[in-house]
Amino acid sequence: MDNQTIWLAIIVIGIGTFVLRASFIELGGRFALPSPVTQALRFLPAAVLSAIILPALLRGEAGGLYYGLDNPRLIAGAAAALVAWKTKSVLATLAAGMSVLWAMQALL
Amino acid sequence: MMSEMAKAGRQDWMDGARAMLPLLPGAVPFGMIAGVVASNAGLDALAGIGQSIVVFAGAAQLASTQLIADAAPVFVVILTGLVINLRFAMYSAALAGHLSALPRWRRWLAAYLMTDQSYALSVLRYTARPQMSLAAKFAFYMGGAIPMWTVWLAATAAGYFLGNRIPASWSLDFFVPLSFLALIVPSIADRANAAAALTGGAAAVIAWSLPFNLGLFLAALAGIAAGYAVEKLTPKQGEDA
Repeated sequence: MDNQTIWLAIIVIGIGTFVLRASFIELGGRFALPSPVTQALRFLPAAVLSAIILPALLRGEAGGLYYGLDNPRLIAGAAAALVAWKTKSVLATLAAGMSVLWAMQALL
Repeated sequence: MMSEMAKAGRQDWMDGARAMLPLLPGAVPFGMIAGVVASNAGLDALAGIGQSIVVFAGAAQLASTQLIADAAPVFVVILTGLVINLRFAMYSAALAGHLSALPRWRRWLAAYLMTDQSYALSVLRYTARPQMSLAAKFAFYMGGAIPMWTVWLAATAAGYFLGNRIPASWSLDFFVPLSFLALIVPSIADRANAAAALTGGAAAVIAWSLPFNLGLFLAALAGIAAGYAVEKLTPKQGEDA
């Protein structure tokens, strides 16, 4: 992607994000989100982020998805998920994931 | 009178900063990763660090930078960033009752600096102290939001210049799914959110080969629907099923 297109993306995301942040504050509190929308938005982070995470963990060295247990990213991601669940620590999760990935890449 | 008002403002400013202080170290690794990933994706320093000023939203920056690295079409990059940031509309609705009466530039400044952290701390504080004046609310909000902005920018810049010195063979792009794991796994506290995460992840894998990363958006919708359905079907305690 060339530099101009990258800036286009950054600026449009920036403006759109500002509009989202300002939205209801600018409307003066006269309007509220309908409650089904609020409830649906509660599930958005979990749904979107895991939709990004899982394909990224299954990415094989060749580019496509690779389901084998010798896929370093899959094993490293599983280890990191376990550490995240047990410790709730960001640094411990990052450290566990990267060490397992590097160890497997060195061994395989 | 004026000096007393200023004093009250200063106190609220300090309270906001003090409330934010324990949350600042958590932003450092995410900011650094946003910088590292931006440099590895080939963004120049102005774009890599500038997006922390223009967008100022960690998860959206990480996801869109990764898509740029994967050579996704630009509309997919934009749409993904905005979908991740939809939650800000929800925060905006929660803060509207407290901040809407501010003068325009203060409203816009508060909106620009909105983060998960500044939203959560402020709503907690405003709810605990219903007597707070408008000026005090703004001071508390800014007292936390400005240090967060500063730390985020510094961490991104540090990560960017660090990432420039690290070869691609270190697979630093893997920090993106790892940081999302660190964010999302501890926050899955109920069955409905677990269903949203599992369905979203599984659908994304199944729909992976669809063009234009359409799979991501379908997966998000499927995950939300699953979370919604599980919540409707799960009887709550103290409530009739």
